[in-house]
This record gives sequence, structure tokens and C-alpha cells, in this order.
Amino acid sequence: MSKVILTADDSASVRQMVSFTIRDAGYEVIEAVDGRDALAKAAGQTIHMVLTDLNMPNLDGIGLIRELRALPAFKFIPIILLTTESQAEKKMEGKAAGATGWIVKPFKPEQLLAVIRKVIG
Amino acid sequence: MDKFREAFREEAHELLAELETSLLELEKEPGDEDLIGRVFRAMHTLKGSSGMFGFDDIKKLTHDIENVYDMVRSGKMAVNSALIDMTLRACDEVKKMVEAEEDGEAVPESEAALAISGAFRSLLEDFRGEAKPEAAHDGRVPRADEEKKEGNAHTYRISFRPAADIFLSGTNPLLLLNEVRDLGLCDIVARTEQIPSLNEIDPEACYTGWEVMLTSEHDINAIRDIFIFVEDQCTLDIEDITDDSGDEEAREDRKLGEILVKRGDISEPDLRKILDSHKKIGEILVESGVVGAEKVEIALAEQKHVREVKQRKQVVEAAASIRVPAEKLDRLVNMVGELVTVQSRLSQISTQRNDPLLIQVAEEVERLMADLRDNTMSIRMLAIGSTFSRFERLVRDLSAELGKDIVLKTEGAETELDKTVIEKLNDPLVHLIRNCIDHGIEAPAVREAAGKPRQGTVLLAAEHAGAHVVITIRDDGAGLDGEAIRAKAIERGIIAPDAELSERELYALILQPGFSTARKVTSVSGRGVGMDVVKKGIDALQGTIEIISKKGKGSSIILKLPLTLAIIDGLLVRIEESYFIMPLSAIEECVELTNADIARAHGKCIAEIRGEIVPYLRLRDAFAFAGQRPAIEQIVTTRINGGRVGFVVDQVIGGHQTVIKSMGQMCKDIKTVSGATILGDGTVALILDLPKIVEQAEREEAVGRNNSRY
Repeated sequence: MSKVILTADDSASVRQMVSFTIRDAGYEVIEAVDGRDALAKAAGQTIHMVLTDLNMPNLDGIGLIRELRALPAFKFIPIILLTTESQAEKKMEGKAAGATGWIVKPFKPEQLLAVIRKVIG
Repeated sequence: MDKFREAFREEAHELLAELETSLLELEKEPGDEDLIGRVFRAMHTLKGSSGMFGFDDIKKLTHDIENVYDMVRSGKMAVNSALIDMTLRACDEVKKMVEAEEDGEAVPESEAALAISGAFRSLLEDFRGEAKPEAAHDGRVPRADEEKKEGNAHTYRISFRPAADIFLSGTNPLLLLNEVRDLGLCDIVARTEQIPSLNEIDPEACYTGWEVMLTSEHDINAIRDIFIFVEDQCTLDIEDITDDSGDEEAREDRKLGEILVKRGDISEPDLRKILDSHKKIGEILVESGVVGAEKVEIALAEQKHVREVKQRKQVVEAAASIRVPAEKLDRLVNMVGELVTVQSRLSQISTQRNDPLLIQVAEEVERLMADLRDNTMSIRMLAIGSTFSRFERLVRDLSAELGKDIVLKTEGAETELDKTVIEKLNDPLVHLIRNCIDHGIEAPAVREAAGKPRQGTVLLAAEHAGAHVVITIRDDGAGLDGEAIRAKAIERGIIAPDAELSERELYALILQPGFSTARKVTSVSGRGVGMDVVKKGIDALQGTIEIISKKGKGSSIILKLPLTLAIIDGLLVRIEESYFIMPLSAIEECVELTNADIARAHGKCIAEIRGEIVPYLRLRDAFAFAGQRPAIEQIVTTRINGGRVGFVVDQVIGGHQTVIKSMGQMCKDIKTVSGATILGDGTVALILDLPKIVEQAEREEAVGRNNSRY
């Protein structure tokens, strides 16, 4: 059974690129437009990994991570933050909130896949 | 170490050959980045490995060249023919250095090498002087990286102890360790001393640490990158413990005690105290409580790892492709040959016994044997390309010497041929190509006057044709002068003045000993030992030479060679009590020849096969067998020199894997038989040279006709 990855991003183009890349690599993808949407879609699902943007309306990446980590089912799954280089301190904040790692934007599809493989094997 | 140097020499020869090819191509397409990259890489590898095996002068020379090509590669310098020339000369110099080392003498740095080195350096300096300094710097940076990657493997000691709460960030430490494992040869030992007793355990916490011994070609940053997400959630120590002294013995012999001291797990005095007793040091250390059992285990792992690395190194060097002395291969081929003979005996016996079980086994063996034979033969097969590329240099140098503008084109470089055939083919080919350049292709001015392009072309092509390889050497030069050849042959007494010769026969005269039409002796060719040497060489390979020429348009020399000289597929046939093998590659079909057929042909040796009239030869007559021919004979039809010819035998027995045994000196004048083989029951069967048989029959018929005229 293929692994399920939840991806949250408010930019449709980024979402599309991410979904396309990971679907192509054989993962299943659930797309969410922001943190709140992601939380709603995560409920009751078996999800193996979360990719989330940092800046999103309604609920941002940091908030999403905090909320997810509070759920027993999401306590130990890898969560990767999509961020830009300038947001170094946000990166640390994300880490503190429980993010597993991060990908610096802009990134290439193969970089994304490398990180995914790194955290879910 | 000597073994490594030997390997280096072989590698160096290959690299130089590759370099030469690339350079020559580069000369044609100076802007081709791919080629520049290839030249650079070859230089770089040459430099790297020469340094590693103590060929310092080669390293120095290649280093200077590499620097220049680095500039070329980054587009800061353009390729011109002066640079190519210089590099080719450098290649020759490096070749000399490698060869001098082979002879076992230490080479004094030759002046030529110094001069070339200096030339490259000044080229670089000239250039650097013009270029912006930081631009030059930029060019160097990626190189440094590359060096690290390609350079020798490093051994690292990695100590990874994740924080207890690492799971809460969704990190799986095992995945990180797997990634480390992917970098190279890796030994991992878990440190479990911090795992508490069961009632104190927090199932969500991580108590384990890991000690990793890694030998990898990646640098330390690549290892740090793996742990990038957990940098602040673990203690991570990475230490490069590669022994740079290069003294591998010392490295392997590092004792367990020393490792422990070096790791700071025990102190030097403790170690000495314990060494005074005579038990296994690890046990003593643990017993006396100086150090925990686990730490000893980790140190032992380190020891083991280093040993493994050393072994692995030797294995890796051999793995990608194995170099085997040619004689071992020959022995293998011989044994396969013997085995084929034994197998055919087995098949024969099993058929006689008619025991289904035995037949089953025999068939299995036969199938495996065929595979084994093909595989063994394929090991001996080499692409002819390496020989071809050698000629590019020859053409380039010779045409320059003679003031001609000639380009060599090659086709079918990937065509595979038996190794021995390729080796023996080299000299004839050199001669033929020299002939093309010297006699064939005219000087540029002459060509222009004749309305041809200034640049002459020599085409060297190879292709498979059945069990043969056809090699064509074609030039677009003046072509052969039939009249001159005729006059010369008469002058030399090779033919009678009134001899009537076809064009093909006329051209074939140049293959006769002592025949050379070149007006003067040049350094290139025309020393009297001419084409007859080529002919002898090709004959020795059981090949044929055909010459086609058109005056003013050029000539082609077509060599037809057997794929292999050891084992062929043959058709076993019988005449009376004698067995013969016909090479299967030429055979088309077998049909019956009845008395009725013979009657219909009205005494002519022709048969109608599928609506086509096929002339046939009765081998029984050709070999003068006594006795009556059977009522039903069989015709084996073959395609020889483009025509269909049938050979009539008493019986066709079937396919036979034929191990070719040479017939020895005694029989060397018998042209119609190319060898012999031993059948399953020990009987000898002669292998027929079908084209020669046809030739001989044609000759006899011609003689017969002439005789009847008088």
C-alpha cells in the first residue's frame, strides 16, 4: 500500500507541483489549501507524512504543526515545513513546534523527493 | 603496491588512448563541451591515479595540462590546433613515462616533459594575466570539491546520540542511519548502556545511541547533511580517522588497546598495566572494570571495519572489470573445446543406449554446453574500435608528413571479433592504411585538378556477415592502375606477357611477394615487402582479401575474416565411411538427389531446387572416393561468393559443435581442408573449406576446357 502524504499550501501552483511530484513517485496525496483545511482533512485518516507551507491564511504552518502534534495519531509522523531561506528564525520556531525538517524554497522535485525519502524511508 | 602500479599502467594506457581519440575529435569540433569534458576527465583521472601510485612526474605534467583544460572547460579559453598538438605531444610523453617505469628504470624527468609542462604553464599564466583574478579563482573552486569526491575514501568515526525527545519531532533515527549506510562501507554499533530498566522506561523516548564507522568517498559535509534536521536534537561527533600516511599495514595493525586509548575510553597507564598479563585484551579490560563491555565492542567494531575496508578496497579494484591474462582464457577455451568433444560422445552413447533417462541428461548437457561455449567465446570477443582509434593517429601523422589532407572515417567500431583475430589484424591493417595514404590518395593539388575535394577520405568499416566479419578499407584516391600492375607483373616474371586476366585477378597480383608499384621508396611504404605481408597475415587468420578499384575514383580492399578460430557450428556429413564438417554459416539447405534427378539433368551437374538451377559438386568425386554412390544422395546447398553451389554427400548427419584443431605443418598445403575435429566416438572429421573447393573445381574445369581445345 502506498504511503499517504498530506500537503498544505495556499499557493495552487506550489500545491500542484508538490502533488504531481510525489504522486509520480508513487505516494498518495491529500491536498489542503491551508492549515485549517489540512486539520479537517487529516481527521480520521491514516497519514504517513505532512508537508506544510509556513505562511498560510486561517492557520499557518507553525500552528498546524502544533495542532497536529497534539493529536495522538500525528505525534510521531514526520512533518516537513516548506520555507524560504529568509525565514531562518521561523524555521527554528517550526522545529520547536515539532517539525521534523524543512525544505527551502525554491526547490526542485528531486530535492523534495530526497527529503521525503529521508524522513519516511 | 606493485600490483596497483601495474593496474595503473594498464589504466593509463587506456586513458591515453581515450584521450587521444577525444583530442582528435575535439580538433574537428573544437566547441564540443562533451569532448572537452572527456579530455578534462581523462587528464584528471590520470593525474589523480598517477599521484596515488607514485608516478610524480606524470602527475606534475598532467596537472599543468589539466589546469589549462579546466579553463577550456569553463569556456575561458578556446581550443585550437596548437593546443591539441601540444596535448598530443604530452600524451606521447606520458606514455613514455609509463613505459619507462614498466622497464623498471627510474626515469629522469625528460627535457621534453619539462618543456611541455612549461608550455602549458605559460599558457595558463598568459591567460591568468588577462583574466580577472576572481574569475580564475572561480574556476578553481568547484575543482577542489571534485577532487574530494574522486579522491581516496575517507574513514569516519561518527558518534550519534539523539536527544530523548527526538521521536516527538517525527524523526526516525534508523532512517538517518540507513542514509549513512548508503554513503559507503559502514559498521554500526548501538550503544545501549543508557536504556533504563523496564519500569522506568518512557516508551516515547529514545535512549539508544549509535557509533558508526564509515568509509566513504563523500566528505564530512555530506555526512553532516544527513543529520541536518536533527542537529540541535542530538549530540553528533564526526571525526575523520583516515590514515593519511598511506601506510596500510600500520593502519590494520592498530591494536584494540590503542583504539580505546585514542577514543579516550581508557588511559594509557591502564592499558600498559593490562598488557602485562597475557589474555585477550578486550576480555581483560572488561573483567578488570576499566572499561564497559560495550565500549570494547565498539572499538572492536572499529578494528573490524578498518580491516574490512582494506579488503574491500582490493575487491573493488577487481570488481568492475576483471583483467585476466590471455593465456588463462586460451586455456579455458581449450577446455571448453575438450568438453564439447566429450559432450558429443555422451550424446552419441545416449542415443545408442536409447535410455530415456540418459538421453534427457545428455540433452541437458548439450544445451548447457552450447551456452557455455557461446559465453566463453564472447569473453574473447573485443570490439574492433580500439584498433580503429589507433589508426586515427596514424592517418593524422602520416598525412601531415606527406603533405596530404586526409581524414579517417570509421564505421562499425562496435563490431566484435575474437581477440586473437584482432591482434593479428593490426599489422595488416596498418599496412593497408599506409598504402591508401601513400599510394591511394593524391596530393591536395592533384585532387583539386581532378575535380575532387582537397581532403581525401579513408574509410575503415567493419560489419558482421554470418560467421564472418567483413572489414573494408576504402579510399577515394587514384585507384589502382591495372596497366601498370600488368606491366610490373610481367617485368617481375609473375605472369606471362600474354596472360589473360580478369580485373579481379589483375588486382590480386599486388598481393604477390615482391610486388610494389610505388615509384619511389618513401618512409611510409614501398619497401618491397608490400601487400604479400598483408596476404600472409590474412591467410593465417583464414581470411580472404578482395580488391575492388576504379581508376580515378579510388579502391576498396575487403577483408573477410572468421569470427573465431576456435569453435564453430558445423554440419556433419558422411561419404562412404569418412566424416566431414561443413561450416554451418554458409549452408542454406539440404535436399535429396535421386537417380531420377540426375537423369533429368542430362549428365550435367546441376539440380533444380525450388525453381532455381543450382550447380553441384560431388564431393565423392572431388575427393576420389572409390565405391558406388548410394541411390539417394543429398545435396547441401551453400552460398559462396554470392553464388549458390551444392555439395553432394552420401548422408547428412546433422549439426555438430566443431572444435577446430589445426592440421599441423604436414597438411599446410592442402587448401580444401581448413582443419579437423574429433567426433564423439573418437573419429576424426575434416573441416571443409568450401570456397576453396569451389575455386579448385573451377580451376580444374578451366584446365579441362583448355586441354580439350588442343
